[in-house]
Amino acid sequence: MGNRRQKVLVLYLSNSALDSKVLAWSIYDGTGKEAHTTGDSDTPPYATGLDALKAGWRVIQFPQLIPPYPGDEYSTSFYKHEFIFEQLEAVDG
Amino acid sequence: MVDRKYLLNSKQMASFVTEGYLRFDSLIPDTINQEAMREFEAGMRGAPYGTPLGQVYPEASAVNRLLAMPEVEGIIQSLVGPNPLFDHHAIHVRQANEAAAQHLHGDAVIDTRTHFDIQLMYFPHAIPLEMGGTLLVPGTHFRRINESEIGRYQNMRGQIPMVCEAGTLLALHHGIWHCGRQNTTGRVRYMFKIRLNPTVRQLKLWNTDDLGDPEVERILATRYSWFEDASGRLEIMNRSRLWRFLTGDPEYDTDYWLTRVENMPEMLLEEAT
Repeated sequence: MGNRRQKVLVLYLSNSALDSKVLAWSIYDGTGKEAHTTGDSDTPPYATGLDALKAGWRVIQFPQLIPPYPGDEYSTSFYKHEFIFEQLEAVDG
Repeated sequence: MVDRKYLLNSKQMASFVTEGYLRFDSLIPDTINQEAMREFEAGMRGAPYGTPLGQVYPEASAVNRLLAMPEVEGIIQSLVGPNPLFDHHAIHVRQANEAAAQHLHGDAVIDTRTHFDIQLMYFPHAIPLEMGGTLLVPGTHFRRINESEIGRYQNMRGQIPMVCEAGTLLALHHGIWHCGRQNTTGRVRYMFKIRLNPTVRQLKLWNTDDLGDPEVERILATRYSWFEDASGRLEIMNRSRLWRFLTGDPEYDTDYWLTRVENMPEMLLEEAT
């Protein structure tokens, strides 16, 4: 990537549609300019996944839709609708 | 057995079932808080897993005096019965200027029981926002995850950073998602946590005089802003299941979610008419 570094944005949406509401979020900054950690923000960076696209993020993962395992239909676990985005940002040196 | 007036009421129990925790601000008096700080800084001995709680701490110790407060006994007795077992304890420290928070996690391992342990979190000194008080995500205790598998979730709508006065106590369901936050102050943050196991069936252990209060049902129907559209409905179902377990009422339901999918009539038409 030369002098570019990857920034990763992970958005957990309210359903499988990219334009649904952001419920949870994480940011990892490969440029080292920002350092994010658990509980550092109460406000999502974007209202929806589509808003992240409009802001210039490239989506690199759409979550697969996987039906529940038989017998496990009513149990809950991880977020289902995890969308991953990236930006490539130039760095010095 | 503690006097009945110190037991939780049904609205508090419904809040515990819904949120996965109860909060008691400034419950512990300063005399105990100050002594507890000295004991925590000096280090504390625990006991083997499964020791009856009453045998764990020296009688004059701050933690024993805290646990012997009738208000605290009432909380414990309402949730896990009068003679719980000591699982383990820990003094959790967030060092001064500790930049990184813990990853979000649930304690111990994935746990499929309806029966539950509780964890008491005790904050012996005041915790301002910037000091790294525990972050809780209300209502996450039904989610089946194994410890730090959820570490990539940095922020969730509805998360609550603990900001409190000295002597505040939390009573947590064992499954709730939480973590210690970054501490940007120059002071060390202390939190004492103790896990307790029930020894009796968790059935109407609290003061049930207000069990029929409509507020109970309203509390049990609470939705959280971190809920996904679809699985948020499953959260309500799982909550109703726990309420059935605790009350012994096999037909309790919120908004018909369980009843609808349990309706599988076997009566033949000829018998029904």
